[in-house]
Amino acid sequence: MKAFLDWLDHRTGYRKLTDETLNENVPGGSRWRYIWGSALVFTFFLQIVTGLFLWMAYSPNSHSAWESVYYIQFEMTGGWLLRGIHHYAAQVMNVLLILHLAQVIIDGAYKAPREMNYWFGLLLLQLTLAISLTGYLLPWDQKGFWATQVATNLASIVPIVGPSLQQLIIGGTEYGHHTLTRFFALHAGILPGLMILLTVGHIYLFRRHGLTPAQPKRRPDQKFWPEQVLKDSIGCFGVMMAVLFLVCGPYVMGWSNHLGAGLTAPADPSSSYGAARPEWYFLFLFQFLKYFPGWTEIIGAIIIPSIGLLILFLMPFIAKWPRGHVFNVGYFLICFAGAAGLTYQAMEEDKNSPEFAKSVAAAEASMERVLELSEQKFPEAGALALLRKDSKTQGPKLFAQHCASCHRYNGHNGMGVLPTDEPTASDLKGFATREWMMGWVDYDRITSIHYFGGTEFVDGKMAKFVKRKISRFDDEELELLKKAIFALSAEAQLPTQAEIEKEEADLIQEGFVALQEEVGCTDCHRFHNEDEDADAPLLTGYGSKEWLTRFIKNPEHPDFYGEDNDRMPKYGEGGKISEADLELLVDWLRQDWYRSEKHQDENKDLEEGPTPVVSISDETSETPAATDGEPSNQEAEDNADAEPVEASEAASESEV
Amino acid sequence: MEKPAVEEMPARRSFFREAFALGLGGIATVVPFVSGVVFYLNPLKKKKGQVDENFIRVTTLDSLPADNVPRQFPVIGAKTDAWTRTEASPLGAVFLRRTEEGEIKAFSVICPHAGCFVEYVGREKNRFLCPCHNSEFALNGDIASPGSPSPRGLDPVNVEVRNESEVWVHFQKFQSGTHERIPV
Repeated sequence: MKAFLDWLDHRTGYRKLTDETLNENVPGGSRWRYIWGSALVFTFFLQIVTGLFLWMAYSPNSHSAWESVYYIQFEMTGGWLLRGIHHYAAQVMNVLLILHLAQVIIDGAYKAPREMNYWFGLLLLQLTLAISLTGYLLPWDQKGFWATQVATNLASIVPIVGPSLQQLIIGGTEYGHHTLTRFFALHAGILPGLMILLTVGHIYLFRRHGLTPAQPKRRPDQKFWPEQVLKDSIGCFGVMMAVLFLVCGPYVMGWSNHLGAGLTAPADPSSSYGAARPEWYFLFLFQFLKYFPGWTEIIGAIIIPSIGLLILFLMPFIAKWPRGHVFNVGYFLICFAGAAGLTYQAMEEDKNSPEFAKSVAAAEASMERVLELSEQKFPEAGALALLRKDSKTQGPKLFAQHCASCHRYNGHNGMGVLPTDEPTASDLKGFATREWMMGWVDYDRITSIHYFGGTEFVDGKMAKFVKRKISRFDDEELELLKKAIFALSAEAQLPTQAEIEKEEADLIQEGFVALQEEVGCTDCHRFHNEDEDADAPLLTGYGSKEWLTRFIKNPEHPDFYGEDNDRMPKYGEGGKISEADLELLVDWLRQDWYRSEKHQDENKDLEEGPTPVVSISDETSETPAATDGEPSNQEAEDNADAEPVEASEAASESEV
Repeated sequence: MEKPAVEEMPARRSFFREAFALGLGGIATVVPFVSGVVFYLNPLKKKKGQVDENFIRVTTLDSLPADNVPRQFPVIGAKTDAWTRTEASPLGAVFLRRTEEGEIKAFSVICPHAGCFVEYVGREKNRFLCPCHNSEFALNGDIASPGSPSPRGLDPVNVEVRNESEVWVHFQKFQSGTHERIPV
């Protein structure tokens, strides 16, 4: 062994190197305050190792970047851990950098003869920020996409070359494949390469000048090994534990649904994301910009930060003036306090903003939906294409766009916004469900704003029939009516009621007969029969996909309102809505969308429990109005609504 | 500059400190590697083939005259690749040959030697030739020349005629370089 080591030493000179490394003199003995540099190098090492492994599974392409990150995070063994370490070590690295810089400035370690090393450090600081910024975009999720837009748009305000600069950074005039390939090359190649070079230089210069001893020296000098190495090791170990805590802690504590770093829904240029914020260590700049309206933006975004950095670079010279060091320390502390204040202010603003909370909730709901859909895997065009074909995701938007000027959905416009005008048509939440259908045969409900209240049918034949006939039904007739309504609701073939309708096939059959022959509906409506005098809307297939599609296309068709139609436009004419959008809208109204049992089981504890079965006569008519605040968690409500009303329970409480 | 006094430790105390320094530093260093290696080994978990259906419709009898000449057909089917699901994706290709008696023979186009795409070379030679290392196969799939580096003949593919005229094949891939046929 010794012979081999001698040989190795002769060829490489490793003994001299390790001797120099380990026996470096530590003036005044080892100290805890000397560990920050090592801790920083350790975080950089973490980033390189985890980054290289992540590289093996990441795909920089606007159709697969998000999907590959999804795959890393949710499908690959240990992917969440690897990505979590990479994400949180970056944050820890930024914190350590600022601590390191503070120490260097306060201790005066930037002064001669260490100026050069100080400048290397400042360059490393900027490289780290650049690497953070480019990394933030790579998952191609809503958060990174919109937050990075802000940064790249700021590049365009640089005088003269701004727009070209921006185009070069993002690889074109708008975000796309080349934005990702360029950002990825910067993030994983160019910037870390420069960082390695500068770090080597930084450590070389550090060794050349020795560390800046804290005065006064309390103890005799020591060698680097083992005392300082032990402290550094404990420091690095502490950093690793802190990172692991950040990766697992929020999930273990129940603050987060998922382990590791967050991932929001795939980037969608057509879908707003109100919670777009840069990573927290850039928040102060983000907040700072709010004070520079219009043309003054260039002052806040470029001029002041540049001057601020320039002063940092000039500190070794300033220190030569009388009281220069005091100025430097004061300047740093003021900047730090200012940045901390702005960060706090930005966080407070978001914390107190209901819009922000709503955006976050909507983004989380959207992400949960993607995860549910992801069980089908993604088409080649990516997860966004899957979301765009998902009625549960698109329905609310289409409803708000096309329907909500007259209709409501649970009192709001489908997207949770309460319009100021009174509705002039029915509330379509729960369309064609048993509970919703029961409203048509309850006089209070049919004349309420949630059904015919806003239309001219409020004193039409149907309302009159309910008042004169149904209001006088005895218990037995009411029981029959309920079965008839259930049979009518079964015509819609709603997926949410499929199970119960299968169980209650006999009851529905009774109701079917009652509807045709006994309860009086067929005096005006057709229901699996031909009757030329029956001019009220067709009940055959009521609420089914085909029925609803035809109805929305042309409510004036003789099968529907005919000449009596009250303001409902013919959506099938004049390209008011595309066939594809209409299908999504119809599916959404019928709550017909992809449901994954596995996903819902896993997330059961996150959802609110099912809504208790409501009494048909009283409470339900109030339900839409009960949303006096903003409906906060529509996701949970929708899922809860999917619970079919139990016929037996509803029946026992029925007082129609 | 005078050399400052350097404190020396008692050997015992120093040993524990050295062990701790190496141990804690080691643990911190190993964590990212371990999570990375576990992540890297993920593909070993994937046992199932990426192709779902066993039998895939390839062509119709109209496109396959009973002239005993092999013809190459693409195999298009549903495929799941990591996060992507494609309904109609090229999965590979097969040679189909209908004998004068009407029997259909099918072979994989993949050379069992090293996985190159085997070609059928015209009527005069009437055999399959691998362009990579010159393996030659007869029409019935057997190794045709003694110098062929391929360890086995072309891999036969099960074929069925369904609905009277549709040709379906059981698309399968085998490990290359082995004497036995081992499905992958």
